[in-house]
Amino acid sequence: MIAPSLHAYVAISAALFALGFFGVLVRRNTLVIFMSLELMLVAATLALVAFSRYNGTLDGDVFVFFILTVAAAEVAVGLAIIVALFRQRRTIQVDRLDALKN
Amino acid sequence: MFNLLFLFFAVFTVGCAAAVVCLRNAVNAAMCLLLCLAGVAGLFISLDAFLLAFLLILVYAGAVVALFLFIIMLLDIQGQAALGRRGWGTVAGLGAAALLLVGWAGIAFRGRAALPATAGPHPFDATLQIYSDLLFTTYLLPVEIIGFLLLIAMLGVIALSQRGPAPKPPTAATE
Repeated sequence: MIAPSLHAYVAISAALFALGFFGVLVRRNTLVIFMSLELMLVAATLALVAFSRYNGTLDGDVFVFFILTVAAAEVAVGLAIIVALFRQRRTIQVDRLDALKN
Repeated sequence: MFNLLFLFFAVFTVGCAAAVVCLRNAVNAAMCLLLCLAGVAGLFISLDAFLLAFLLILVYAGAVVALFLFIIMLLDIQGQAALGRRGWGTVAGLGAAALLLVGWAGIAFRGRAALPATAGPHPFDATLQIYSDLLFTTYLLPVEIIGFLLLIAMLGVIALSQRGPAPKPPTAATE
């Protein structure tokens, strides 16, 4: 029952990835940077599922399992690091975390 | 009808992703991330990946976004400025995003013949059994490694979240 072409899915994936990348570079709040990273991971996931569907295999789908697991682990560790950082510095704005700058 | 649904989910997903990046309030951004993930799950369903759509909702929307909201409320960062000065970072971000989209356009308009345009009927009934067959035969070693990674991540989070010694004031010797 599949009607749109693969290009449509790849376009959505590219748009999501570009938005996530833009967010990582532009935003100053570490938590929002982390959400943008999640957007990029989801974009890669969508591309994998679309390619594997249009090529008639399931390997891309299985790879998505691994991406989901790694993303969950990454979020847990990253948020723990953010909380530890907040305890030490009382801020999570990246332009104030400049202890290594000079 | 199906194309209409696809269009709806596509616009919804990209719009919510743009809101995640642009909204100033972190709580609103997390909520938009939740909606964006729901849109991606809809796209997964349009690709016949029902199990993955379910897992995406369960793991991402259920666990990850809830964790984000907990941390946002725990840290209470509402008093601080959402956006600092934005100089070259904006230019670099816009340029990189535009480059990514140009790369996609290059594939779409030059190499169209290289990609399969339409999908045939799904060769598998994407049941749990097929996934588990693949996971426990071909991909057994990655599954073991991923399990180990989860264990290490759990230990790392426990180690990180223990309250360490109070931050020492910088002395002249260490400066």
